[in-house]
This record gives sequence, structure tokens and C-alpha cells, in this order.
Amino acid sequence: MKNKKDQTAFHLMLAPGMIFLIIFSFIPMFGIVMAFQNYVPAKGISGSSWVGLDNFKFMLQIPDSKQIFANTIIIALWKIVVGTIVSIVFALLLNEIRVRFAKRFMQTVVYLPNFLSWAILATVVMNIFSYEGPVNAFLGWFGIDPVLFMASNTWFRPMLILTDVWKGFGYGSIIYLASLTAIDPGLYEAASMDGANRFKKLWYVTLPGLMPTILLVTTLNLPNVLNAGFDQIFNLYNPLVYQTADIIDTYVYRVGLVERQYSLGTAVGLLRSVVGIILILSANKLAQKLTDYRIF
Amino acid sequence: MSPIYVHTVKSRVADIIIWVLLLAFTLSCLIPLVNLVAISFSDNAAASANLVSIFPVNPTFSSYEKLLSDTQFWRSFMISVERVVLGLIVNVGLMILTAYPLSKSSRQFRGQKIYMNLVIFAMLFSGGLIPTFMVVKELHLLDSIWALILPGAVPIGNVILLMNAFRAVPKSLEEAAKIDGASQWRILGRIYLPVVLPTLATVTLFTIVGHWNDYFGALVYINKAANYPLQTYIQQLSVEVQNITDPEKLMELAKISDKTLNAAKIVVSTLPLLLIYPFMQKYFVSGIVVGSVKE
Repeated sequence: MKNKKDQTAFHLMLAPGMIFLIIFSFIPMFGIVMAFQNYVPAKGISGSSWVGLDNFKFMLQIPDSKQIFANTIIIALWKIVVGTIVSIVFALLLNEIRVRFAKRFMQTVVYLPNFLSWAILATVVMNIFSYEGPVNAFLGWFGIDPVLFMASNTWFRPMLILTDVWKGFGYGSIIYLASLTAIDPGLYEAASMDGANRFKKLWYVTLPGLMPTILLVTTLNLPNVLNAGFDQIFNLYNPLVYQTADIIDTYVYRVGLVERQYSLGTAVGLLRSVVGIILILSANKLAQKLTDYRIF
Repeated sequence: MSPIYVHTVKSRVADIIIWVLLLAFTLSCLIPLVNLVAISFSDNAAASANLVSIFPVNPTFSSYEKLLSDTQFWRSFMISVERVVLGLIVNVGLMILTAYPLSKSSRQFRGQKIYMNLVIFAMLFSGGLIPTFMVVKELHLLDSIWALILPGAVPIGNVILLMNAFRAVPKSLEEAAKIDGASQWRILGRIYLPVVLPTLATVTLFTIVGHWNDYFGALVYINKAANYPLQTYIQQLSVEVQNITDPEKLMELAKISDKTLNAAKIVVSTLPLLLIYPFMQKYFVSGIVVGSVKE
């Protein structure tokens, strides 16, 4: 009797959340059929004609599609690799200093950019990298001609990677700082006894101690190879740099919502979603195997 | 934790290098923001000529005076405030109610497995931008503030974070309350919530930041620019750039834009975040660590 009351309470608690999930997550999933149709808004899903895999075939035929896929992977991989390294380096450097006030201050400052949106930071970045902006002024001291970063297919990508790492490295270092404090101090003392210098301790004690965390974070980053950073690119790019910076997500937005080619947009989104799920599931499995950690 | 150092000359040099590098990292994050504040207090001519570094040039409040009379800015500001408040109530309420039953074992709550699978499925798979847009449209939510809140009413990542916190609460507490005849609602409110308060604070702060910072929802769901929340309003300031296909135009546009006024807008739109930042810092560190290093 008691238990029955508990069961009812649990179901009631879950009811509102489930209703929202049904309406805004599960029902839209049926919209995926648009990917296999020539969807015409006036006719609706039931009235539109079926085209099988035509949208997918078309997608593979557009010359842009290869470029967009390559852009996504290249930008995402660079961001993950550089971001991870910079976060680790920052955590290691911070771990070496003992002045608590300075440590706290630095942490406070470098975590901050992560909480600002790209809608805001875009203006800041455009200012800094503008033709007459500080970066070009700096390059000028070395006799380098000013670069129009925002319109250069050579420089736009490195600029994306740099500013993304800048925004996220502080926040990314938190997890490494946390696991640094978990390294047994006895190991450092023992290393000192053996005459290890600072660098040797870093190499033989600190880095091996960090390895499980590095491994875990890298694994969990696996699904992000498809996630090149919509918000950043969307707020910074322009048609001049589509060639090197147009990614799957920005393409879906433009084709699907701006140009209203619903079927094509949905097809591209579906393909990305399926590959994404495979990556997430693999990452979860891999993380479980390597470190006993499960995302869910 | 503290390595023992022999203070050799070599070690001193290493110390200096470490401090210089750390300072460079820190300043790289600080200077662009200080520069923005400085621009907002400078006069327009100096700002347009890129003369402002970290101190205002010809200090003036004129952009802030101009901003005060900008009704659209304040309208958008208030829309954002409204959105944060509504979003917070909906999100945190649903998070708690969803996470608590999910934290029970399938022995204690028979449907747990099914619900859990549904939630994970919803997290992994989505119909995507376009089908979701069509549902929102069918429900006649376009141009309503609810279009910015309801589609993301159940933030699954945060639900899982909270669920793990509930799971870490000692079972004995619940059993003691049950003997006294408490209902699950009471047990949740009186026992579990107070214990998971730090995690709840973390997800609450994430929710506030998420709603305040989102510009994209309104871009998709709100047609009237007058009803844009603040971030979307700000985003539109730099949007002209997106349709430019001529490099010369790009440079020209940078020159004519009202740099100081835009800077003032950005500063004011960031202030609310800076106000809660100290509280956030206390919690998000523990939140991340709890969420990611699960032993």
C-alpha cells in the first residue's frame, strides 16, 4: 500500500517533464520523414511526395558538401587538440605557483570569457582583428602588412581556432587543476629524495598522475569532432570565407531556415545526427573501458 | 601536494618564466574586456581611430547617456530578464521533478528503466532544428516568449548532473523518514533537496547563464525585432557584416559603426553576468568536478 503510493508519486513527478519531452523532442523526430520527401509547406508532411534517398544523393553531389564536411572536421579537431594542450599547460603552470591570492585572481580572470556569449564576443573579436585593429598594429611593428582577417581564407580559420581556445582554455583547465590536487604528495617527496629536479617531477609524477583525466576528457571530446562551434562561426563569418569556414551546422541553418529548403536541411541534419550518436555511444563505451566512467 | 624545491638559480629562472607565462595568459583574457570598457567611455573619434587601449581617451559618459534613451535596448533588456526568471522557474522545477524519480533504483521505482531510456534517447537524438521549428509554429508559439523557454524545458544534461547528486545521498536518511510515514514529495523537499543544494546551485547558475546568453532561439522563433531579447539585439549589431561580399565594404562598415555606443551596449549587457559571477565561481568548479570525475 505504502509502496503503491510511492510509485504514483514517482509517475506524477515525471509526468510534466515527459509531456514536454514528447512535444518538443519526440514529436519533432517524426519530422525526419521530411528528409525522404520533397516537402512543400502548403501540402504538409502527409501531402508531400516521397523521393526516397534523392535528398541524400543531391547532398553528396553538391560540390560544397565535401568542403563543408572537411571544414567541420578540420576546425573541430584543431580546436580540440590546441584547446586541450593549452588547458593542460595553464593548469600545470598555475600548479607551480604558491601565492594563493595571485592564483585565485588568475583563475577568476581566465574562467570569465567562457561565460560570455559569442553574440557579444564577436564584436570584441572583430574589433581586435579589424584592418586597423590592435593585432594588425602589432604585426606592423615587425614590418608585416596588415591582414584583413575577417575576409581571408588563409587567416580566418586560424583566427577561429585561436579565439575559441582563448575563450575556453581557462574553464577547460578546471578539471585538470582538480585532478592535480588529487596527486599523492608523498610521490613528490619520494622523488625529491631521489634527487629529482622540478622538471623530472613534472615528467615522472605530475604528468602520469594527470594521464587518466587527459584520457577521459579526450574520449569525451570525441563526439565534438562534428561540433566545430556554430555560435562562434555564425557570428563571425561572411560569404567571403564560406570556402574555409562554412560548417555543417551553419549550412543547415542557411539552407533549411533561411532558404527554406526544409527537406534538404533536414536530410543534412539527420546525417550529422546519426554520425553524432555513433560517436557519443563509442565515446561512452570507450570511457567506460578506459576509466570506469560512464556519461549515462 | 607541494613539491619541495631546492632554490637553485635554475629554479629561480624557471619561476620567472612560469610567472611571465601565467601573466600573459591572464592578461590575454583581461585586456580585451578592459579595452571594451575603455572604448565605451571614450569619445567616438578616438575610438574610431583605434586610439583607445586600456584607458579611455577623452573620457565621456556620452555613449551611456545615449544608451539611456535607447528604448529598444531597454525593452530587450527587460525581455531577457523576464526570460531568465520564467526559464529558471520552468527549468529548475522540471529538473528536480525529473531527476528525483530517475535517481531511484529500478527496485524502488518500477518504471525507472523505461523513463531513463526515454530521457537518454531524447538526449542523443533530436529531430533537428527544422522539425522543432515546425512544432513550435503549429503550437502558435512563434513570437511568444514561451518559444524561447518551452522547447528546452527539460535540460537533460543538468537532469543527469542532479540525478547523480540525488544518488549520492545516503539511503538511511530516506528510510528513517519513511518509517515516520513521510510521502515521497515530502522526502524530496525536506531531505533530498537540502542535501543537494550545492549541485542545485550549480545547475541554477548554468540555467541563468544559458538563458541570458542565448541569442539563437529568438533568431529562429521571434519574427519581430522589437521582441528580441538582449543577446539577439546585440547580435544584430554585427550582423550586417554577414552579407557582405566585398572586402572594401567590410572595412568601410567597421569605420562608420558607432563603436563607443556598441561598446556601452555590450558592457551593460554583460554586467548582470559579472554580478552573479562571484557566486558562480564558488559553485561551477565543484559542479564540473562532481559531474566529470565520478569515482
